[in-house]
Amino acid sequence: MLPGAVTAQVNGEIAATDTALRQLLHGLPGVDQVGTEARAASLATRSIKKDSKLWALDTAIRMIDLTTLEGADTPGKVQAMCAKAVRPDPTDSGVPSVAAVCVYPDLVGVARGSLDGSGVAVASVATAFPSGRASMKVKLADVREAIEGGADEVDMVIDRGAFLSGRYGQVFDEIRQVREACGRAHLKVILETGELVTLDNVARASWLAMTGGADFVKTSTGKVTPASTPAAALVMLASVRDFAEASGRQVGVKVAGGIRTAKDAIRYLVLVKETAGPEWLTPSLFRIGASSLLNDLLMQRSKQLTGAYAGPDYFTID
Amino acid sequence: MPGDSRTFDYAPAPESSDIVTVAPKNGLFISGQFVEPKSGRSFVTLNPATEEPLAEVAEAGEGDVDFAVQAARAAFEGVWGRMKGRERAKYLYRIARIIQERSREFAVLESLDNGKPIRESRDVDVPLAAAHFFYHAGWADKLGYAGLGPSPRPLGVAGQVIPWNFPLLMAAWKLAPALAAGNCCVLKPAETTPLTALLLAEVCQQAELPPGVVNVVTGAGATGAALVTHPGVDKVAFTGSTEVGKQIRIALAGTGRHLTLELGGKAANIVFDDAPIDQTVEGIVNGIFFNQGQVCCAGSRLLVQESVTELVVERLKRRLGTLQLGDPLDKNTDIGAINSSVQLEKITELSHSGEDEGAERWSPPCDLPEHGYWFPPTIFTGVSQSHRIAREEIFGPVLSVLTFRTPAEAVAKANNTPYGLSAGVWTEKGSRILWMAGRMGAGVVWANTFNRFDPASPFGGYKESGFGREGGRHGLEAYLRA
Repeated sequence: MLPGAVTAQVNGEIAATDTALRQLLHGLPGVDQVGTEARAASLATRSIKKDSKLWALDTAIRMIDLTTLEGADTPGKVQAMCAKAVRPDPTDSGVPSVAAVCVYPDLVGVARGSLDGSGVAVASVATAFPSGRASMKVKLADVREAIEGGADEVDMVIDRGAFLSGRYGQVFDEIRQVREACGRAHLKVILETGELVTLDNVARASWLAMTGGADFVKTSTGKVTPASTPAAALVMLASVRDFAEASGRQVGVKVAGGIRTAKDAIRYLVLVKETAGPEWLTPSLFRIGASSLLNDLLMQRSKQLTGAYAGPDYFTID
Repeated sequence: MPGDSRTFDYAPAPESSDIVTVAPKNGLFISGQFVEPKSGRSFVTLNPATEEPLAEVAEAGEGDVDFAVQAARAAFEGVWGRMKGRERAKYLYRIARIIQERSREFAVLESLDNGKPIRESRDVDVPLAAAHFFYHAGWADKLGYAGLGPSPRPLGVAGQVIPWNFPLLMAAWKLAPALAAGNCCVLKPAETTPLTALLLAEVCQQAELPPGVVNVVTGAGATGAALVTHPGVDKVAFTGSTEVGKQIRIALAGTGRHLTLELGGKAANIVFDDAPIDQTVEGIVNGIFFNQGQVCCAGSRLLVQESVTELVVERLKRRLGTLQLGDPLDKNTDIGAINSSVQLEKITELSHSGEDEGAERWSPPCDLPEHGYWFPPTIFTGVSQSHRIAREEIFGPVLSVLTFRTPAEAVAKANNTPYGLSAGVWTEKGSRILWMAGRMGAGVVWANTFNRFDPASPFGGYKESGFGREGGRHGLEAYLRA
């Protein structure tokens, strides 16, 4: 159903004016907040046991973007995290590596050096993360620094101020330019759903990012409360599903911020399976941005295999 | 195994049935005691998911019903009818809390006896049943403020007959307002689902409710007939089929006894082109597949604006593909078993008629268990007003899809039914919701949701869906003399 305009938009046939984009985004079906939250809550009651739990735990580990985005980050901290990313559990070689590590642009080179040949990708936040409040020139310089440092993936933030004031053309343009600056690197577009507030906005921002060329849409920076919520993730998952139907291109979803327990992670996997569909259950289409989550996954995994919980000191802190 | 498998099938996660003990033989609950029936007869209740017998249950004859009505009368005149409202409230609060404490038992037993998924009995039936007792406990000492005069009086003895689709919840809907208002009750649960009503009787004992205030007589149609026609009953409340409701109304005509009926329905769920599509699809699914469609207010007629019909049907089909059908005790089950072979036959017969009359039938691929009573979620498209499946209550997981062009046509089609219990309206336009709601000949109109219940919200129908309201201030009216 999605209007022919969408396909046209995807193919870049329509000028990216505020009016044209407004027509597209405001023509999307509405999102009912109460209904969405009820659906997300009902999916959270799925009970995942035994083999399916083990599969989910391993899959969640493979989907992690292991993240450190602190003012106090140092090369030492990043190197340690990279080692953990490659081999999350030194006592069990059966544990898969995570998908990527995610750092600030100035530390991309350090991560690159630690991860070469490991299969773990280097992701970098960019475009004046987390607020996005900088000139386009600065944002693009930020992206270039990450790319030159060897980033495989770039997590950009959108200009929420521009989005909320209806300057869709500007947001679209920024995404396009960053997309270009990324070259072959994967582009994840952070919507910061906590600042967009309504689920209608979340759907519109998802579509704007996807038409702008995003490889992933990402919920949040982790610096704003609320960060990722099941309802926002559900709307984004429905959006990528509908976008794939309209355009034939599968866009991934990354949830980030506040996901600390294996239980939360598994609930997101259920949302993915029952909303976007099982084909999204792969690290190339679904990611979880997290740091402390990894150890809980490891702990639950060893519980699942041995039947007993090991104490926190049996898992490395980074 | 873990790794690159792309499937994420949910391993079975069954709730253990050990939590509840089902007595092999169950008596009648009269005057605070479980007693052997004078009739000497009994019947067996089955687990509809396996067809295995669950328990033997006493069948109350006319003598037993008479005994129960007398017990209720004695309790009414001796204790309950003269007790202060604030004292009655304490008992109701106590019952509500015990239901909560024993909620797992109730949920498992309900799913065993009825076939509904544990997710529903756990998250809907049992919490709502407790909520009804809590809500009405609050009313017990405030009846003078219900708008029925300064000191409304109870009616006396209420004979209450309830259906098998929400056994515990319907018992709560009947008992809570009656007790709050100061009446004593004789409750007859349905013959296929008597067990949670008997557990509720046990809860009444545990709450030390005075003997005779609540009596439970189990049995089939004959027991129900004996109860509703008993001259010692002041008030009859019935929830069930329109056919039986009509017989009851005929039987009670001219007797001066009070009557409320909550009967069948054929609700229209109306979808406009600006509806929030994904949540609408959820609402449609919830409207017709909740409790396997065995819901009197089920949204069994989907009226879709023509311009979005294709989209809605396509999305609905995709969503149906993710429904999990199977063991009602599995926490991941969405669709459980049909309650009885009789009901399954009725659903099957009406579905055949849909095909015969030219509607197009569709079900997602799904394996039905070998034993038990099962029916796959089914959609009929190309249905017209004159088809039987658009007119008769199927009471099963079968949805008839019809279309409309304008809001006026939607109203006309929605109201073109002998029933008038519920309706749903899906649109992002607030003014249209109000416009539609004012024109729906239905007791309940849901906007952008469906099958939502709350003890404070009155529930009941128009036309052949019955009369009288349950819940809220309006519901008290059925049990009070102004």
